[in-house]
Amino acid sequence: MAIKDLPKEEYVLQGNAACPGCPATIALRTVLKALGKKTIITVPASCSAVIQSLYPKTSFSVPTMNIAFEAAAASASGIKAALHAEGKDDVTVMVWAGDGGSYDIGLQALSGALERKTNFIYICYNNQMYSNTGIQRSGATPYGAWTTTTWAGKKEKAKNLAEIVMVHDTPYVATASIAYPTDLYRKVKKAKGIEGPKYIEILCPCPPGWRFDMSKTVEIARLAVETGSWLMYEFEGGKLTFNGPSKGIIEGTKEAKPIEDWLRMQGRFRNLTDNDIKEIKNELKEGWEFYQKKS
Amino acid sequence: MKIIDTANNVVALAAKMARPKVIAAYPITPQTTIVERLAQYVESGELKAEFIRVESEHSAMTSCIAAEATGVRTFTATSSHGLLLMHEMLHWAGLARLPIVMVNVNRAIGPGWSIWSDCNDSMSQRDTGWLQFYCSSNQEVFDTVIQAYKIAEHKDVQLPVMVNYDGFILSHTSMPADIPSQKEIDDFLPAYTPEWKLDVEHPITHGNIIGPEYYMEVRYDMQISQQKAKKVIKNVDDEWNKKFGKSHGNLIETYRCDDADIIIVAMGAIGAEAHASVDGLRKKGEKVGLARLRVFRPFPKEDLQKIAEKAKLIVIDRDISVGIEGAVATEIKASVDGKVCGFIAGLGGRDVTHKDIMRMYNLAKENKDGWYSVEVR
Ligand SMILES: Cc1ncc(C[n+]2csc(CCOP(=O)(O)OP(=O)(O)O)c2C)c(N)n1
Ligand code: SF4
Repeated sequence: MAIKDLPKEEYVLQGNAACPGCPATIALRTVLKALGKKTIITVPASCSAVIQSLYPKTSFSVPTMNIAFEAAAASASGIKAALHAEGKDDVTVMVWAGDGGSYDIGLQALSGALERKTNFIYICYNNQMYSNTGIQRSGATPYGAWTTTTWAGKKEKAKNLAEIVMVHDTPYVATASIAYPTDLYRKVKKAKGIEGPKYIEILCPCPPGWRFDMSKTVEIARLAVETGSWLMYEFEGGKLTFNGPSKGIIEGTKEAKPIEDWLRMQGRFRNLTDNDIKEIKNELKEGWEFYQKKS
Repeated sequence: MKIIDTANNVVALAAKMARPKVIAAYPITPQTTIVERLAQYVESGELKAEFIRVESEHSAMTSCIAAEATGVRTFTATSSHGLLLMHEMLHWAGLARLPIVMVNVNRAIGPGWSIWSDCNDSMSQRDTGWLQFYCSSNQEVFDTVIQAYKIAEHKDVQLPVMVNYDGFILSHTSMPADIPSQKEIDDFLPAYTPEWKLDVEHPITHGNIIGPEYYMEVRYDMQISQQKAKKVIKNVDDEWNKKFGKSHGNLIETYRCDDADIIIVAMGAIGAEAHASVDGLRKKGEKVGLARLRVFRPFPKEDLQKIAEKAKLIVIDRDISVGIEGAVATEIKASVDGKVCGFIAGLGGRDVTHKDIMRMYNLAKENKDGWYSVEVR
């Protein structure tokens, strides 16, 4: 499938309030194309609550419930239960949450909904920090990254939420990138057809937060995958499958591009020392080894 | 049908008979037996509803909000710390204008873990936009839960309702109650038709960012609806009375107030206890009456003004707004002309018997008030 084959319908409308070059908007456009009209989305506090634009207007053309920051997954359980009670089981319920609302404050509700086996799709668009409140560190912020609460660079590495989700015995877990829209589309389509909780995490490089020019969003997203900094995979029936360039990197058949290429493009990594870069390379290697053993 | 059962079991029965489609709840003493009973109703198929076994009260309220927004009737129950954990979502439900019905079993707040009765849990939610009822018997609990749906869903109201009663004093005490048939309840409370809902055929966005040019109107509308609710509560109570021969006194229940020089104002179980004290004092020739606040939000200002014009008021609060006084006393002082003596009593489940109330009455006659029995001995 090529990009030109994606459905023409747009559910994220023009004139919305996103920054130019916003990765979250690119991702949501693709995701909603895959889910179609019979979808209800629930959105916790995040950039996406702003991207919708101001009341009384909206730029999302599927029913949208805004909810408190830590509450997204619980609201999906409520919507799904109500739909089920009304016999409307053909409607997809999707959470559309940032990494802050997923990794940190919303983790308890997410874990609860996964364990209860709520039949929904939880999508975390991961821009690796809190954007809405102006670039603060989150549990997904990588080691060394500048944010307004880590001026000297974050001292801890990111947690791995997808792994936490997998150990909940979740039927479908996938990671994706906005640089590979047809892969994302396919994964969302597949998730839609699976019963139970589904989790998809999309890497979303954010120009103001990562400090790069808004024309470079897709380029940076692609380089994240090509350098092995972001891995794209699917986890289904206990089996892990890597996709795109990640497959070669994990199987050792393809050499990853140097991580420096990716780091150097982003102002948030401007103050990295040589030691920091060594630390990041070590972390990368450990990550790959972890997945080599797993897959 | 006459039954003898605890308030918690009576609530579960009332909730079942109101036919909610989604229940989401988390256990906490002394509310737990409500949740257990409802889970049993759902699992046995006696109640056709979805029961979401959430991981916290915050999620319980969130799930109810989301389900209600999807167009179905919902129910939940909680107490104390559970209610406090919901605080953010209580505001959310109020501002979203969702007619959720929740039972709160009044219980004290820690530290110093206390499972006994105390109204600080619900009183600290008074600004969330929820209507608040305080019940004084298991019969009233049943009647109020059913009425609550009709009031909440009324197009003039469209606000959530919290039904409160004292932990253990009512929650775990068996009392007789008359229960109408399901058919009678169905006639009284027809199926829910939402004013708006999340619907893929008619997509809307609910709750996106709202600028200063609209926000005040949203709040103002809530205020107007709370005022309109006073009439709706009266009408619903009248209808209930006509159908089932029972009234618990609309917004306030008055007892022997007509010729009273002093009127005791209290809520919940203390309000019920004060009934006995009024009789006792009347026997001694005292011209005393009782005004039991059945509804705290909307605040029955007009009804209280009427009684305050003729009598001195003794307000007994089982709550304290630390740094000032009992919350009910403050609100009464702010809304009526007349003499008001305020007592804080019964916090953390401290027993308040009719003899204590008679003593407070005698202290108030000497114009004393304060913390009973901590400082006024
Ligand atoms: C209880 C609570 N705490 C804090 C906030 C403030 N807040 C709103 S959005 C946000 C950050 C969101 O970050 P993320 O989930 O990563 O989404 P993004 O903004 O990056 O899209 C914060 C801290 C809030 N709305 N609610
Ligand atoms: S801050 Fe980043 S994620 Fe948020 S709207 Fe702007 S580009 Fe999109």
